[in-house]
Amino acid sequence: MRFVTAVFVAVTGLMLGAAPAASQTADITFYYPVAVGGPVTKIVDGLAADFMKENPGIKVKPIYAGTYQETIVKVLTAAKSGEAPQTAILLSTDMFTLIDEDAVVPFDDAIKTAEDKAWLASFFGAFMLNSRTGGKTWGIPFQRSTIVLYWNKEAFKEAGLDPNKPPTTWTEQVEYARKLTKHDASGHVTQWGVQVPSSGFPYWLFQGFTTQNDVLLMNDAGTQTFFDKPAVVEALQHWVDLGQKHKVMAPGVIEWGTTPKDFFERKTAMMWTTTGNLTNVKNNAKFEFGVAMLPAGKRRGSPTGGGNFYLFKKNTPAQQAAVLKFVKWITSPERAAQWGIDTGYVAVRADAWETPAMKKYVAGFPAAAVARDQLPHAVAELSTHENQRVTKALNDGLQAALTGAKTPAQAMKDAQAEAERILRSHRR
Amino acid sequence: MNRALHGWLLLLPATILLVAFTHYPAVATLVASFFSTPKGARPAVWVGLDNYQAMIADPVFWQTLRNNALFALGTIPTSIALALLMAVLVNEKLRGRSFLRLAYFTPTVLPMIAVANIWLFFYTPGYGLVDQIAGLFGAPSHNWLGSRDTVLACLIVVTVWKEAGFFMIFYLAALQSIAPQLAEASALEGASRWYFFRRVAFPLLMPTTLFVLVNAVINSFRLVDHIVVMTRGGPDNASALLLYYIYDVAFKFWDTAYAAALTMVLLVILAAAAVGQFVFLERRIHYQ
Repeated sequence: MRFVTAVFVAVTGLMLGAAPAASQTADITFYYPVAVGGPVTKIVDGLAADFMKENPGIKVKPIYAGTYQETIVKVLTAAKSGEAPQTAILLSTDMFTLIDEDAVVPFDDAIKTAEDKAWLASFFGAFMLNSRTGGKTWGIPFQRSTIVLYWNKEAFKEAGLDPNKPPTTWTEQVEYARKLTKHDASGHVTQWGVQVPSSGFPYWLFQGFTTQNDVLLMNDAGTQTFFDKPAVVEALQHWVDLGQKHKVMAPGVIEWGTTPKDFFERKTAMMWTTTGNLTNVKNNAKFEFGVAMLPAGKRRGSPTGGGNFYLFKKNTPAQQAAVLKFVKWITSPERAAQWGIDTGYVAVRADAWETPAMKKYVAGFPAAAVARDQLPHAVAELSTHENQRVTKALNDGLQAALTGAKTPAQAMKDAQAEAERILRSHRR
Repeated sequence: MNRALHGWLLLLPATILLVAFTHYPAVATLVASFFSTPKGARPAVWVGLDNYQAMIADPVFWQTLRNNALFALGTIPTSIALALLMAVLVNEKLRGRSFLRLAYFTPTVLPMIAVANIWLFFYTPGYGLVDQIAGLFGAPSHNWLGSRDTVLACLIVVTVWKEAGFFMIFYLAALQSIAPQLAEASALEGASRWYFFRRVAFPLLMPTTLFVLVNAVINSFRLVDHIVVMTRGGPDNASALLLYYIYDVAFKFWDTAYAAALTMVLLVILAAAAVGQFVFLERRIHYQ
């Protein structure tokens, strides 16, 4: 029996990967996901190597862990078996999940000097909305994005529109999209006016509409959602109307992954998608295109998205200091700027945009600055306790409305009821 | 005594693997389904049948069960019939036979994730392959994966395409092991080829059919890779299957106790299907 136990332990050990020995020197393991195209793993490995050259006392081991979803699965599984990494890049919206699992500690505990405090204050406010709760900072923004509008300038010309003027309001968006929607002889649509994807994580795109309709989806504490507010239903009605009433967008659920391709193939003249796609569009669009802030309803608006650094609980003081040093190093203005240029993410602090490298990049490619200019209008991405479950309730409701299975009012009422049920125990 | 020890030692490697990866996880899952989900500092506590009661009240669970039944009905008979047809076809002496065999088998060799990405573009409205072909006949563009009515059927087609070639290999092997004298004898007796297939070949293929059937049933509950890539269960759970839902609950919602209860349902369904197939079909099968 002891033999069986020994074998079992050995096998389990193998499956979990050899655990790094508890170290006296500061070894830090760092899990990260890749969610955009390009040689991201090479860039991250290079950054870690540079850091170690400058800081010989610290050993950084970056581990590529797949998509965001795969990374959090690995991190939480490792944390549950007592082998959590020292730091990881995970979605900013995973904050409440990580707190509830008791896996992370706030960065405030590690912050001691005035210089550290100044660093913490240097990030764009919009990115900190998803990084703070209860007065503490749980995440440091790193690879962050927002939604922007891409438009095909040639299609605008063909439709008799000014190719340098994107729609700035909901009314203009519908009006332009109607002019841009083309039919063939038998009445079938050959080019749609606009496309807002709705597969996978429609809540994120939906937050564009709700923010523009000047309504928030949740409270700061992440314990209450407002899915059935009239303004939210109105925002959904507007989205549904694009397909069903105005007939300027394909009906049904639109795939996120093929949306850029639809744009390249001229199946749609405008699309909403992440700034993270900027480099992809730049390389693949065979026509002149423009990038603009999302059109305004009652106001402009977009949610932010993307990943933050987290600090895990089971760290020695030396490891904690090493993580802080590494994160500070990698988010310094020059590196934040270079990271944004290499990947298409929005450089996370204002002074990064003042660096010579970034200035030169923006001068040659002004579209890169649109996301930054939109940040003052940005709100926090939907994030609550039991985040993925609440998000799914909303996603299901949105897709039900977009496919015509439920009216927007009914869909949002059901989603809110489900969210209430899930969040009840967190509101005491 | 020594011999008994010897015997047990020989069984040991297999036993360890079975216990570690099959029996222990199953029992641990059953136990976990009677406890609450441990969260951070809160340990798991005994909750009895709470998780199962929550399941009965969960509309998404019932929908995934219904979807899975439809998925099984759509994939199993079609892929088996198609596999048999293809096997008979490539068993004949015709030109380019090995090329044809290879072509039928290719889908099985390709990784499912890659395949699903390709099919994703086949189904793309407008310029996707399916719509382009439909367009030749003047049909309007259709949002195949984005509409509740067609999404499950689309996934069924992908699965049948993927599975049929795999099952064909088993049928082909079985067909080739049928003694040629049987065909010659029936030809002498004046039996038509259809009669020979119906009364001789097909009954001799029954052991293979049982094997393939068991596999097909298991696969209809096991294959979810293409859902992850193509629909993520959407729109509004219209393409969510039981195993995919279990993944969602366990690794997205981190409600491991409820996921354990769902897993027990899956285990019971699969066990019932296997027992049913072996007990009832076995009697009607002739082994040579």
